[in-house]
Amino acid sequence: MRKLVWLAVAGLAVLGAATASAQTTPRKGGTIRMTAPYAASFGSLDFHTTPRAQDEIVGKSLNRTLYNFDSSTNKLVLELATSVTASPDGLVHTFKLRQDAYFHNGRKMTADDIIWSYTRIMDGAKAYPGARYVRLIKGAIDVEKGTAKEISGLKKIDDFTLEMTITDITDPGFYFFDGTTAILPKEEVEKPNFANNPVGLGPFKFKEHIPGSRVVLERFDKFYKPGKPYADRIVVQLMAEAAARDVAFRNKEIDTSILGPAQYVAYRADPELSKGILEVAEMFTRSMRMNPEFKPFADKRVRQAINYAIDTDLIIKRLVKDKAYRATSWLPLSSPSFDKAVKPYAYDPEKAKKLLADAGYANGFEFEWTTSQNESWGLPIVEAVIPMLAKVGIKAKPKLIETTVLTDVIIKGDFQAVISSSLTGPDSLAQLRCFYSKTPRSACNYVTFNNPAFDKLLDDAGQTTDAAKRVDLLRQANNILYEEAPVWFFNYNKAVLAYQPWIHGLQANPTEITHQYTEDLWVDEKSPAK
Amino acid sequence: MLIVIARRIANVVPTLAAVIALIFLLFSVLPGSFISGMSEEGRTIDPAVMERMRKEMGLDDPLPTRFAKYVTHVATGDLGTSFRTREPVTTLIGPRIWPSLKLVFAAMTFAIGVGVTLGFFAALKPGSLIDTFSMVGAISGLSLSQFWFGLMLMYLFALKLQWLPSFGYGDGGLTHIILPAVALGVGPMALLARTTRAAVLDVLNADFVRTARSKGMSERRVVTWHVLRNALVLVVTIVGLQFGSLMGQAVVVEKLFAWPGIGSLMVDSVFQRDMPAVQGCILMIVLFFLVINTLVDLAYVAIDPRIRYS
Repeated sequence: MRKLVWLAVAGLAVLGAATASAQTTPRKGGTIRMTAPYAASFGSLDFHTTPRAQDEIVGKSLNRTLYNFDSSTNKLVLELATSVTASPDGLVHTFKLRQDAYFHNGRKMTADDIIWSYTRIMDGAKAYPGARYVRLIKGAIDVEKGTAKEISGLKKIDDFTLEMTITDITDPGFYFFDGTTAILPKEEVEKPNFANNPVGLGPFKFKEHIPGSRVVLERFDKFYKPGKPYADRIVVQLMAEAAARDVAFRNKEIDTSILGPAQYVAYRADPELSKGILEVAEMFTRSMRMNPEFKPFADKRVRQAINYAIDTDLIIKRLVKDKAYRATSWLPLSSPSFDKAVKPYAYDPEKAKKLLADAGYANGFEFEWTTSQNESWGLPIVEAVIPMLAKVGIKAKPKLIETTVLTDVIIKGDFQAVISSSLTGPDSLAQLRCFYSKTPRSACNYVTFNNPAFDKLLDDAGQTTDAAKRVDLLRQANNILYEEAPVWFFNYNKAVLAYQPWIHGLQANPTEITHQYTEDLWVDEKSPAK
Repeated sequence: MLIVIARRIANVVPTLAAVIALIFLLFSVLPGSFISGMSEEGRTIDPAVMERMRKEMGLDDPLPTRFAKYVTHVATGDLGTSFRTREPVTTLIGPRIWPSLKLVFAAMTFAIGVGVTLGFFAALKPGSLIDTFSMVGAISGLSLSQFWFGLMLMYLFALKLQWLPSFGYGDGGLTHIILPAVALGVGPMALLARTTRAAVLDVLNADFVRTARSKGMSERRVVTWHVLRNALVLVVTIVGLQFGSLMGQAVVVEKLFAWPGIGSLMVDSVFQRDMPAVQGCILMIVLFFLVINTLVDLAYVAIDPRIRYS
């Protein structure tokens, strides 16, 4: 009898192991239902024309770029090439391209397609958003200006070998993983209705777009990764209303849903929903920029005092509902140059008062604080901070503007202080250049930061081919920003994606959590979508 | 009748001209631009690209030049090119018209079906339970926020009862349209219930109704032949006004239910400062309003032969 019991237990164990194994083996087929939450429509499906995060949710399935961002290692990896070799000076890169990449029209990709795509992006008359990246290639600016028809820095060695000469010593991956630099087929793009019938190199091909409702994509069988993609179809549903998304997710009508602070609390508290939450520290830094043209903010001690006067942890906990990570300096947690040894500014009103007194503002001062309505980095945060600043004698007057207007205000420098969210990765050097003294305000040095030691570190980082040395130089530069406090370092966004138990393979992508490499996604048999 | 139609169409032209001028000027003074709106959450656009785009889109041209260009194009049926998609605005709006019309017609069908019926029976039995119930319903319907009511419908009929999908266009069939149509139609339904009740009560006390009854006409015939027909003039006016304005009001419902109509396109375009698209959407909504009201004016003649347009 005892033997029988043991046999039964052993049998159950084997069965359990087999079931667990079956669950981890990707299942072929099924439909993945994703959401596009940032607007009620897509901009364009011609991905050279649109820089919007919303559009790239579809772009990641339809298209491919030369590089790819690997969320598991936080590194840029080759996507359309199998290898790359750099010249000793770090300026000439030779790519061996994949020989198994096909466009959805059945044609094989060659070096000509990369050259044509990058040349199209540099069409000065069209002002494509990806031009900022392709401009890295030698001679691209000449095409943009109309003085050349070909990018001199791009040379086809053979159909599957491409030589790229760049103008700065940097990893080209930072420039050529962005969706606006996707490789597209010339013969399709030149057809009149390309944006309504997009063709790319991605794992899924275009099936249907109902403007204002959804995009449907179907598995592309000639995709170059063996056995992938797993799913038969992807439906990207436009759902701009968070409350509606919540109902649809709970009703199992969608497989993924991005969460705001209020929903994050509710989902974490729910025993079932809490099992399907994916979190990542995105490369966005939320901060209050202080304009040094406003006299008090020209003094470092005043800027530091503001950082000491605000109980940032309390705001993150109570208002942002812990859907953020405390910011230390400018570069995000995922940056290799993020210095874990540096601690964020402590909440210390007394120290803030002393710094203000030392700076000649013992009685405080008044400033205008420009803000949008955003719940995570807008008016609600400003209103919570105002009493904290008042405690040290600083009076802040909020000035509310629409989010669309915010960029205009920041670029023009038409603010005393402004709270906003900034992309701060993955290229740490490019992001820190926004504090380089020679970078104009219109480019991104919005606080006209000027620090010779900082400039020197950036110059050195831009000239070295030693990756470890560059990381260290940028770490030092980031620490100078911490010390100089040109902004109130508020938080790094914690992006949260709720997902259903039947969807697998989601990636915690710190560049944008809604951007998923969909060839890795699969749904098990419990998915209600057929 | 043809003269009436021609006159109505002639009246539409200056109204449209005024709307075009107003929309253009209003959006010209609005702060922010499409290009600055592209720089969402720190994904800044290269300044050189921004400058070229401004030039390409003609945003740096003086206001009178831009206005003259716009009017010339509109006069030839060209609503311009969307900044966002770089497609003609007519191509952008085209696929949105049918879903919008479907939603508005479904909402009005619900509003007329429920509102007129409730109002009619409430007036026939004033002070009764049905009257009280109808009027409480009407007042609630008028005060409900479309957004909140829509969410409640989703919660009840999709999440709890699992009868209907909570969102989306689906295949454009009935199951997907019911919830947005009810959410959109509840306001007009309430208004129609109150208006019908008041109109029927008014007619019920009229001399000709008393005369009809004294002649021995059956109550059913009095109500259907005399009361209903006379009360309809006021009801049709409200139906026309509501019908016309519903396309503009559908913005919230379309966004909530992810319905691909003109309203959601317009809101998105406003936030992204895609002015040609906004102007095109508003023009379509105004045009729809004017067409419906012209049809209502013509319907008066059919309902009540005493009405004549001199």
